[in-house]
Amino acid sequence: MSARIAILFAWACAIGVVVFLLSPLLVIAAASFSPTPVFDLPVGGASLRWYARISALDGFWPALSLSLQLALLSTASSLALGTLAAIALARGRLRGARTIATALVSPLMMPGLVLGIALLQYFRAIGFNATWSALLVAHVVVTLPYVARTMIAGMARFDFTLMEAARTLGCTFAQAIRRVMIPTLAPSFLIAGLFSFLASFDNYPVSIFLTDVRTKTLPIKMLQYIDEAPDPTLAALSTLILIATVVLLLASDRLVGLHRMAGTGD
Amino acid sequence: MTVAAAPAPPRGSSVDREQSMALAFLAPSLLFLLLAFVTPLVLLLGVSVSGRSGLSLESYAKLLGTGYYLNVIWNSLRLALLTTILALAIAYPAAFALARARGMVRTALLSCLFLPLAASVIVKAFAWTILLRSDGIVNRILIALHVIDAPIRMIFTETALVVGSVNIFLPFMVLPIYAVVTQLDRRLMEAAATLGAPPVAAFLKIVVPLTMPGVIAGVALVFSLAVSAYVVPTLLIGELYPTLASTIAKAYLLARDPQFGAAAGVVLLIIAIIVVTLSARLAGRENDR
Repeated sequence: MSARIAILFAWACAIGVVVFLLSPLLVIAAASFSPTPVFDLPVGGASLRWYARISALDGFWPALSLSLQLALLSTASSLALGTLAAIALARGRLRGARTIATALVSPLMMPGLVLGIALLQYFRAIGFNATWSALLVAHVVVTLPYVARTMIAGMARFDFTLMEAARTLGCTFAQAIRRVMIPTLAPSFLIAGLFSFLASFDNYPVSIFLTDVRTKTLPIKMLQYIDEAPDPTLAALSTLILIATVVLLLASDRLVGLHRMAGTGD
Repeated sequence: MTVAAAPAPPRGSSVDREQSMALAFLAPSLLFLLLAFVTPLVLLLGVSVSGRSGLSLESYAKLLGTGYYLNVIWNSLRLALLTTILALAIAYPAAFALARARGMVRTALLSCLFLPLAASVIVKAFAWTILLRSDGIVNRILIALHVIDAPIRMIFTETALVVGSVNIFLPFMVLPIYAVVTQLDRRLMEAAATLGAPPVAAFLKIVVPLTMPGVIAGVALVFSLAVSAYVVPTLLIGELYPTLASTIAKAYLLARDPQFGAAAGVVLLIIAIIVVTLSARLAGRENDR
């Protein structure tokens, strides 16, 4: 009896979580069809004109392109660094492996704003004033812990004797990695890559201190648009990003199963 | 340990090779973090104590010695505490339902957890300002349900701030707890019931301790994200609720007072380090059980 009540309660909470998490997204999606130029729920009719206006936003294309470059490059770098480190920690029989793992993951919990000002001071002190490269370095610091966390957990569960078996059966080392390790760890790679990409793409607190007048990332532009004129164009842009993510999530589910990805979250 | 019992491996043995390979694999990450993470933070510490004429603790005295700034620190901690407690309270039971779901339901539920991460924090926070306005949807629903008679002011209150903050950080609480709950062996509860334990006692004594690693991970992550949140307080409450994060931003972007901004940054950093160390300790103790 009490077990059934507990299960019902758990389901009520789960439904609450879903409604709560989705409500701002629904507001954004609805506002993007607003016929009036205020960022609000549409009253009387729908319009697609805000979608047409996205590309006319001042400085939109350079900001989008910069954010995509940073997100892709920082994710790729973090995946390379983080995977190597995770293999070392799983295989190396190193003393203090747990401490090293904590050290690799800890920047995740460091305040972004503090990292931003620290890097600003540092780059100034060493005379490094290439905005684009400074942003890339900062974004790798932001994304590496996401990748390290997922890959360390994934590698810890990976059975390395599979690699030896593949070698015994005639695979080269590279083939063993491609045919055995990568498919087995696909959920870890996907979730690490996804979290890393989003952490970089949506980063505001670190980037704000490192951008200059000509080089601005998309989130910085977005906060500027909201401050200046919050019209539904921003809602339209966010809706498009959401639709892209839904497609990505469905594809990931097909490829590896979302539950496997969520299970490797930590 | 078997390694200790074995004779010392000769030079160039496989253990030796594996260790040097491991060090070579770790080196790039550690070197990168040393140069681009540790050094800048140490430098920040230096900036926070360097006044116009040498060493100066003036900024720390201002931060820890004036009522206004003590209140700022408390605001940051309070927001993080409220966010963490509320998020844990809804995420914990929800993770159990999620772990029971199968097939399409599970995919749909998990998508709902991942999807919000794809929308910018800026846009989500702005959506909450729409939801919580006096003529917003939440007020209209509450009036329709006769919970309230007239619209109440929600936006620019602490309630709005906490609601928005929980909303944005909730997935980071649900996912780690879900990850441990899915690994629970359901037969444990059945065994406890067979042995005569009442369900509540079995839950408290068996399930809760087994899910602690997920809870620790979620609590540490959500607390440290919320304590340093910048975008959410800025959009949902603004000047009424100054936090350490907004103090840092103001010192750097408006007041051009890097020493004071750095000191506020160091205080926030110390809070984060305490959270990381504490959670690593607790998690380590869980692992050793």
